Amino acid sequence: MAQQMTGARMVVQALKDQGVDVVFGYPGGAVLPIYDELFQDQGIKHILVRHEQGAAHAAEGYARSTGKPGVVIVTSGPGATNAVTGITDALMDSIPMVVLTGQVPTFMIGSDAFQEADTVGITRPCTKHNWLVKDTDALAATIHQGFHVATSGRPGPVLIDIPKDVQFATGTYLSPTEAPVGHYQPRVRGDVEMITALVEALETAERPIFYTGGGVINSGVLASQLLRDFVDATGFPITSTLMGLGAYPASGKRWLGMLGMHGLYEANMAMHDCDLMINIGARFDDRITGRIADFSPESRKAHIDIDPSSINKVVRTDFPIVGDVAHVLEDALRIWKARGRRLNKPALAKWWAQIEEWKAIRCLTYKRSETTIKPQYALERLEALTKKYDRFICTDVGQHQMWAAQFLNFDAPNRWMTSGGLGTMGYGLPASIGVQVAHPDALVINVAGDASFLMNIQEMGTARQYDLPVKQFILNNERLGMVRQWQELLHGQRYSHSWSEALPDFVKLAEAFGGKGFLVSDPKDLDDAIMEMIAYDGPVIFDCLVEKHENCFPMIPSGEPHNKMLMGDAKTQDAISTSGAVLV
Amino acid sequence: MSALKIEKGSSRHSAYDLRNPNDEIIETHTLAVVVDNEAGVLARVIGLFSGRGYNIDSLTVAEVDHMGHRSRITVVTSGTPEVIVQIKAQLGRMVPVHAVHDLTADGPSVERELALLKVTGTGEKRVEALRLADIFRANAVDSTLESFIFSIAGSPDKIDAFTELMRPLGLTEIARTGVAALTRGPK
Repeated sequence: MAQQMTGARMVVQALKDQGVDVVFGYPGGAVLPIYDELFQDQGIKHILVRHEQGAAHAAEGYARSTGKPGVVIVTSGPGATNAVTGITDALMDSIPMVVLTGQVPTFMIGSDAFQEADTVGITRPCTKHNWLVKDTDALAATIHQGFHVATSGRPGPVLIDIPKDVQFATGTYLSPTEAPVGHYQPRVRGDVEMITALVEALETAERPIFYTGGGVINSGVLASQLLRDFVDATGFPITSTLMGLGAYPASGKRWLGMLGMHGLYEANMAMHDCDLMINIGARFDDRITGRIADFSPESRKAHIDIDPSSINKVVRTDFPIVGDVAHVLEDALRIWKARGRRLNKPALAKWWAQIEEWKAIRCLTYKRSETTIKPQYALERLEALTKKYDRFICTDVGQHQMWAAQFLNFDAPNRWMTSGGLGTMGYGLPASIGVQVAHPDALVINVAGDASFLMNIQEMGTARQYDLPVKQFILNNERLGMVRQWQELLHGQRYSHSWSEALPDFVKLAEAFGGKGFLVSDPKDLDDAIMEMIAYDGPVIFDCLVEKHENCFPMIPSGEPHNKMLMGDAKTQDAISTSGAVLV
Repeated sequence: MSALKIEKGSSRHSAYDLRNPNDEIIETHTLAVVVDNEAGVLARVIGLFSGRGYNIDSLTVAEVDHMGHRSRITVVTSGTPEVIVQIKAQLGRMVPVHAVHDLTADGPSVERELALLKVTGTGEKRVEALRLADIFRANAVDSTLESFIFSIAGSPDKIDAFTELMRPLGLTEIARTGVAALTRGPK
């Protein structure tokens, strides 16, 4: 039943009809009518962030931990531009997000009005799609289409820019079922012939490996289940990108750990030496491949991806399969079973024997200390003391992020929120807020670095306001650790601006924000403090003073192939060649 | 598919062997992109080319279906075969894009461009310009005692050739529409 209502009312109605129960936002002049409707309709919970970037990251945390799109409402001009980093982050990591921005009234667009910015122009390259709605009658349909685009195919952020006069004007509301369906319908079923060809290849493969990514998580819980079934049935080894951790359980028998620049030795060696690589929902990112010309030179490669432009973008694929991970895995499993569940068992046994040799190197070994807390040790203890909980982990970006990926284990999807593609420092705190909003009773921990954490520190206020007991676990080395590591490896130990001289007292800071602070510098105090942190019902800043000059290993130096890893005891001087030095 | 018998150190079955040996050859392709004629759609398509470092040699846009609000963007681009495939995939996944046709790969096609050339001069040069225009079937659409504007339609090559001939004869200004193209045959 088409109803007449104002544009602002339509926004709230459309969100409710899309099943949205929480939005992250910050009011301002150009969204006042929408905020007035939010005030009068208690059906949607609004989380007031402290900076619009925080709103976008919180929505990302919400989306990644639930599989539902995150929703952001911000005002025009600076509200929109502040959200741009979070929107770009969501685009790079394929996170479904709907951003609603206010805009100056249509008759003032182009006049350099107060708080006017060309929002759709600015966000065109960092959204999956965006719209400027100039007619109230088109508003509801556009919002519904926005949700459809954000969540269909390869997920991503969309933005809908709504001028203030469009919010005030009255128009006809269309429900999601009445709104016209756009032509955007990405294909989800893979080509059966190509899937069959892949099954034939895996039946005879001698050294196969599954290389999985965030696409498995985005495809949904069913995809993770099918992946587990497939891995368990074939007994093939499996590794995953940073974004895909948790899709296959870290406690699983076939798990090799994360691959890539700071991935595990066994995972990278297996990738290099395999004869059949089955890429499921990953995109051959440069953190994964190292030097392309030497990337897994002996393998045939299958690539399952819902985005046709991912296929053959970086690495030439022998079995390109465009489709949704769950659909393709279902077909592949069915076809493999129907053909008699054939495998090259003798070769697989040899392959596993080789892998066990690589595992025996124990690449995550580090030099222990009785006096200072090694960052790896801090994470080992955090892992040991929290693994009985169904916990959610966020991270910021840098060394701590890689250590967290190496030392924390994930047995379920949607439990690991990190900024992979864009590498956004300051992601973790607001993301943890989004996760905690979605899972009020869960243990939510943000593993942070001292530098990253300060980039969105203001969101501690949000955590306090909504009683979100997020635990901020800072591995504090008073350095920009990853920058420092690269300067050591690449720039003759000239540590240009990579340390923090005036760090705040994080305990006092926690108290100033109404939370609790912990300061730990002795390894002996660590366990008790972590237990106290978990037990405390409220936001926590845990300032864990760690070894200042620890490097993150293993590491594939940039420009090198997978089988040229630097291990924990590596000489770090001149570890990166001249040609590798230009790479990021 | 046969068993994977790969000797250690051999790259015989490597995906890299599938790489086109003419990898570095730059091909020119004419793409027809059918899009919803919505605000900003041209900026979106052009932004893709500039953002990802692709070339645009020529670009033509007009709404071709007023009822359905569909526009046809004809873009001539150049790059290695891999890049051309990637351009098509990137265009194809954009929300307002309905279809991407590669007229260069899809078989023979007809390409036409319109150009207007202003040629100024007197005496023998003026006569020669008119004579050449006749040979190229260009029409004089404006004339004064010391200038012509010629209108010429044809393939971009033909227009290039005509332009080069007009240059020594007093070519002062040129406007070109960019390429419009359709595949030959009933489909």
